[in-house]
Amino acid sequence: MLQKLTDIFRIHNLPSWYFLTPAILVGMSVLIPLMYLLVRALEADTALSMELVFRYRNLELLYNTVLLALSTLVVGTLIALPLAWITTRSDIPGRGILTLMGVLPLAIPGYVMAYALLGFTGANGTLALVFGIELPRLSGFAGALTAISLYTFPYLYLNFRSALAGLDPSLEEASRSLGYRPGEVFFRVTLPQLRPAYYAGALIIFLYVLGDFGAVSLMRFETFSYAIYLQYAASYDRVYAAWLALMLLVLTSSALVVEYKLLRGLFFHRIGSGSEKKAVTIPLGAWKWPAYIFVTVLVLLSFVLPVSTILFWMIQAFDPQQLAGLQRALTASVMASAPAALLATALAIPLAYIGVRHPSRLTRGLERIAYLGYATPPLAFALALIFFTLNAAPLLYQTLTLLILAYALHFLAEAIGPVRSALYQASPRLEEAARSLGYGRLKAFFFATFPVMRSGLIVSAAFVFMSAMKELPITFLLAPVGFQTLAVNVWSYTAEAMFSQAAPYALVILLFSTLFVGLLFTREWTSR
Amino acid sequence: MFMLRDMLHHLFDLWLYKVALTLLILALMVPLNLAAQSLTIYSGRSKALVEPLIQKFEQEHGIRANVRYGGSTQLAVALLEEGRRTPADVFWAQDAGALGAVHRNDMFDTLPDELLDLLPGRLHNSEGTWIATSGRARVMAYSSRRVDSTRLPESIFGLSDPQWRGRVGWAPSNGSFQSLLTSMRLLEGDDVILQWLRDMRDNNAQNYINNSALLQAIAAGEIDVALTNHYYLLRFRETDPGYPVEQTWFAPGDPGNLVNVAGIGMLKNARNREASLAFMKFLLEEENQLWITREVYEYPVREDVVTQSVHSSLRDIRELSPDLDLDDLSDLNRTLDLLRRAGLL
Repeated sequence: MLQKLTDIFRIHNLPSWYFLTPAILVGMSVLIPLMYLLVRALEADTALSMELVFRYRNLELLYNTVLLALSTLVVGTLIALPLAWITTRSDIPGRGILTLMGVLPLAIPGYVMAYALLGFTGANGTLALVFGIELPRLSGFAGALTAISLYTFPYLYLNFRSALAGLDPSLEEASRSLGYRPGEVFFRVTLPQLRPAYYAGALIIFLYVLGDFGAVSLMRFETFSYAIYLQYAASYDRVYAAWLALMLLVLTSSALVVEYKLLRGLFFHRIGSGSEKKAVTIPLGAWKWPAYIFVTVLVLLSFVLPVSTILFWMIQAFDPQQLAGLQRALTASVMASAPAALLATALAIPLAYIGVRHPSRLTRGLERIAYLGYATPPLAFALALIFFTLNAAPLLYQTLTLLILAYALHFLAEAIGPVRSALYQASPRLEEAARSLGYGRLKAFFFATFPVMRSGLIVSAAFVFMSAMKELPITFLLAPVGFQTLAVNVWSYTAEAMFSQAAPYALVILLFSTLFVGLLFTREWTSR
Repeated sequence: MFMLRDMLHHLFDLWLYKVALTLLILALMVPLNLAAQSLTIYSGRSKALVEPLIQKFEQEHGIRANVRYGGSTQLAVALLEEGRRTPADVFWAQDAGALGAVHRNDMFDTLPDELLDLLPGRLHNSEGTWIATSGRARVMAYSSRRVDSTRLPESIFGLSDPQWRGRVGWAPSNGSFQSLLTSMRLLEGDDVILQWLRDMRDNNAQNYINNSALLQAIAAGEIDVALTNHYYLLRFRETDPGYPVEQTWFAPGDPGNLVNVAGIGMLKNARNREASLAFMKFLLEEENQLWITREVYEYPVREDVVTQSVHSSLRDIRELSPDLDLDDLSDLNRTLDLLRRAGLL
């Protein structure tokens, strides 16, 4: 019997229980929302649901969604790859600050970025008022693509960056010694090794775009998530919305299968001693100026523009009384986001570990399931958890614990990628050596592998923290009554067109994310 | 033992872990917070608008209010999901549609006559399960720079005229706009409205997500005219008195002039009925009605409350607006069906 089971799942190398059990638990919890959606979807009568699923409009939505997701990926790559290379390998000054600038756009809520771009151009825009330049406002596909690319490229950037930083430079040195020119080394040796990092970042961006609502709605580009929102918002129709959400999940699953096929059989850990060796810094030379221009334009658009928009809102009508609620909101945000970031990172370790070290259908499956939580529309995710906790664990309902769990499960996918990339680079030989010296499996993992994974873990925590800080639908529905985060405040004021009152809250989100990320990276830098 | 210490040392070497762990423990200790003398409000009215009023209530009545803020629709859907187990005592929503959805699921309790009698009959639903707390009017906003106000159409149906091709903005997904459509449907019949929606779409009417976006689009020069709620412009003017947008009504009695309401209802299993009723009564007190008028720019719902603010009284507006009652407005399904058939949703 057991033999049969292990054959079905192709498990020949069973992970130890302390990695497998948490992984299975997490996988199961992520499936709760899926089950909920099925329950709701099946409530519809068949004729109606067929009519809803096979509308021509759904095809349009599908086309728009996929087009936007793929284009964002292309633009994101074009931004992230050069930036990662410049900040890890070149001799450009201020690499520390640049790294921070490459991360911070993540802290900007999507709708704030959209407002910034919209408010910048047009007849009444900042550009027209201050400089007399009247550009047409961005909207539709171009607007959505610009806005989303500008705050999602850090997902790819950080993945690239930690991969580049963790690459074994001896391979590059060997190829140089064999007569490859620098360009050839990059394209033939370095780039192929970045694949796991690229897939991880690309998957997150792809899934993010599938679920984004803020930017697409303001830019008036209709995607699935937009349509799902409209269903809940307009008709209180949990059934049609559930069907749309399930269609979205089918799309997600195909992305996951593609990534799985691409990732199969990749191993990039170093084979040698395991002692870290720093890659050579490459002088930019004549490329200095293009690099400066690229970096400046990027920072201007992705960071300076939204931040100055927020500042502009603030000075329009500043009222010190507005600051009274800030501290409470900040405490609320941090109390929920920081534990969620740590929890998600901790949960990502067993999932990524069994997926990388004990590849089998079961372990890969579990790892992929975690991504479904990310792809489930947040509103549906929150409704599912309401449904589930009220029926199975009523004591948990309306507690901060539930909110933290919800954040951690929903954003788990963001944490897995960096951990996984880090694991690919940590040689299993080290752990084996540790075990041959008499260490148990767990101990061997903590001593041999964990330290090597550190930079990946830091990135994971940063991702989840910033996402949780700006999260809205889950917070609305699952936070304890009376618990209002910074993001809830920003939304509340902007929705009422009270931009000047929203500004301080948005600014504090940014400030705190900067502090948190800065802290994480200082640890990384000092530990090197 | 030495090993264990080393391992822990590894784990805790980032002091961040310690901070996070402390936070996690603190988080688990936050009490459930369901004290006896407290009122739980689900507020679809945003914090920005109503928090001071709720604080005033807390002070005057010595009752602690726990508020969950969110979108009216999200909260309505959450209430439906929670069912009888909801911790909410009252649900205060932006529009009749959200209240109607909760009412239709039989989750609201009937309110006492002393409360209902404070309002003109049209400002609570016929079964007396929810009451209006303030009113807002649908208006036509237009660019003060590019539009001659004398050339504006007398009726909302005039906006599908070719001279407005590509110049009109609306928000088909917005609750207030959908209420307007519902009222137009009841006055003119479904076929007329479906045709109008198709004409508007073919006339290249531009879709936006909400009312603020519409006004910003006028200011930015994307569109010249938009169908919005009356108070957003007043808020834009608060920060920028020279905001290049004006607004007006259609001719008296035109289906385009709707008065819509925000309202509140008490849930059947409210734990604290006394406090719930006290809060509803509080919202209708003259002083607080005037506060809403002054700060939120909406209309008072009590006929005996007279406003001397920037806009005319609700009674005047209602003379402009066609005659309808609130039950009608909460019936959205056929409106949504029309929007889908016109390819707008």
